[in-house]
Amino acid sequence: MKAFTRLDGRAAPLQLANVDTDQIIPAQFLKTVEREGLSKGLFFALRFDDQGGVRPEFVLNKPEFKGASILIAGDNFGCGSSREHAPWALMDFGIDCVISTSFADIFKNNCLNNGLLPVILKPEEVEALMDEAKGGNHVFTVDLESQTVTAPSGAKFHFDIDPDRKHKLMKGLDAIGETLQHAGDIDVYESKRALSTPWMEA
Amino acid sequence: MAGKTLYDKIWDAHAVAQDGGETVLYIDLHLIHEVTTPQAFAGLRAAGRKVRRPDRTLAVADHNTPTIGQALGVDAVEDPEARLQLQTLGRNVIDHGIEYFPMGDIRNGIVHVVGPEQGRTQPGMTVVCGDSHTSTHGAFGALAQGICTSEVEHVLATQTLRQAKSKNMRVTVDGQLGPGITAKDMALAIIGTIGTAGGTGSVIEFAGEAVRNLSMEGRMTLCNLTIEGGARAGLIAPDETTFAYIVGRPAAPKGAAWDMALSYWKTFFTDDDAHFDREVRLRAEDIEPTVTWGTSPEDTLPVSGHVPDPASFATPDKRASVERALDYMGLTAGQPITDAKVDVVFIGSCTNSRIEDLRAAAAVAQAAFLEGRLVAPHVRAMVVPGSGLVREQAEEEGLDAILKAAGFEWREPGCSMCLGMNPDKLAPGQRCASTSNRNFEGRQGRGGRTHLMSPAMAAAAAIAGHIVDVRTFL
Ligand code: SF4
Repeated sequence: MKAFTRLDGRAAPLQLANVDTDQIIPAQFLKTVEREGLSKGLFFALRFDDQGGVRPEFVLNKPEFKGASILIAGDNFGCGSSREHAPWALMDFGIDCVISTSFADIFKNNCLNNGLLPVILKPEEVEALMDEAKGGNHVFTVDLESQTVTAPSGAKFHFDIDPDRKHKLMKGLDAIGETLQHAGDIDVYESKRALSTPWMEA
Repeated sequence: MAGKTLYDKIWDAHAVAQDGGETVLYIDLHLIHEVTTPQAFAGLRAAGRKVRRPDRTLAVADHNTPTIGQALGVDAVEDPEARLQLQTLGRNVIDHGIEYFPMGDIRNGIVHVVGPEQGRTQPGMTVVCGDSHTSTHGAFGALAQGICTSEVEHVLATQTLRQAKSKNMRVTVDGQLGPGITAKDMALAIIGTIGTAGGTGSVIEFAGEAVRNLSMEGRMTLCNLTIEGGARAGLIAPDETTFAYIVGRPAAPKGAAWDMALSYWKTFFTDDDAHFDREVRLRAEDIEPTVTWGTSPEDTLPVSGHVPDPASFATPDKRASVERALDYMGLTAGQPITDAKVDVVFIGSCTNSRIEDLRAAAAVAQAAFLEGRLVAPHVRAMVVPGSGLVREQAEEEGLDAILKAAGFEWREPGCSMCLGMNPDKLAPGQRCASTSNRNFEGRQGRGGRTHLMSPAMAAAAAIAGHIVDVRTFL
């Protein structure tokens, strides 16, 4: 998992509440063999019409939000099924942080486990950020260390995060990362084993 | 201090570190296949990680491979998604230097048949695979567990699994099985006794005279079904039967290493004074040929039994679920289970596709054939060997000729109709006598009705055209 410390980037406002994981990534994209490439299914029904044509009015299709790395979303983002593909698709699209007033629990966990930062702010704060995110020529800063989001106007908002989660995100520690902190123990175990059960070595 | 169980000993021998409530457990053998690995490899790649021990990893293609035309390789696969998964595995094993038996290779087959057959599975090991029936390998006294894709990635990257320890449970089967009664009947009878949640949170060790007397094939069948009893894994202590099975196999230790391995393996048994959190005892004499009537592996009946009446169940919940199961299965309360007419017979899966299973089926086919009887005209009966090597051996023994003469289809190896991911599926409403391990709704195809039973019982059902007591054939 990649570490998250600080993110400077463009923010796209998605003024929709209750965006569920089916909207984030529809089921037809789940039979894939990759995590990469899932971005092609991200917000599929919102980005494209029934004929596969691009919907120019959808925020992520607008040229000014090209390359956005922050998504500012409506309430209860990520509800629905538990699919891990939702954060995979967002990250594959280049979005490393989602800001909302609330997230569905499983989605939030899946995000944290994959290195995508979910930021929870008060309704008026999210609204203020949405306003500032209009027009693409801007930079938002999300700083995990100080737990703040800074808008282009300089307005700063503080967010809460579980200290353990924060530590793991900043270090880029997923379950694998945590176990790899025991890499030394694993090395020692393997070298002992090479002596006690040598037939298991190639 | 109380002695240790077999499970305790394997656990202790593999505990690398403690991390909060979890133990980092070293994994000796990681078996992989095309369906549960692509995203694990993708995750590995995204994080720039390598496979820590490619030499302790073995790949096969089994879950979505067709059971005909395998010599064509992936061109035999019509489903584009299945083909892509197979191609992806092919690429991943090359990228990471992992040994792979692709479709069409004589050593390929169902992952839980191939591991033991190659001598890769050995006593005292920890074995994992992204398939729930990994418990099969417990037959060797190995701690063998099914894992999910994110754990597959974890094992690829670290050669360890993070886990909290389970409880110890022991199931003892005393006495001797009657003629025509197999490990499958024993396994179904045990699940019928303890229920599908009976082993929850536990690792089950199987013991007792009837278990000791089983061949390795029979032990694998028994451990295979442990997972249907809710347990994390099943175990049987290694003994002379185990060692005799392993000796001479391609990955078995040779020469001086064999002697060293043997003395190590012999340390894996449960001490006399070890404590079990739960004990269950059965008498082998009480076990009849056993079949399932419903949509859960615990819905078992002796073949002489009758379909249960929902009214006879204690709770309203249970009554409702029995009613639903009978409706789905197209059965009537109180009817003899032998009235159930079958449309399809499937002999295969990692539960029952080894040489001994095929011999048992062929013996029934031969006995019937000599009396001038063939597979009933309305029945499609397929035999799917567990691996290319099992298939080859069966052909050397002439089993294929007997089965084909009696009207069975002789297919190429793979999971096949165990889970219906390949073209071998039941049509809605079709009733199947199956040697596999799960009779869930839709498991073998949407609307398909599955009755689990032993290979001999399934072969007998193919000939009779309905569920029947195999002992009337012998
Ligand atoms: S035969 Fe069935 S249970 Fe066994 S590995 Fe294949 S799909 Fe899994």
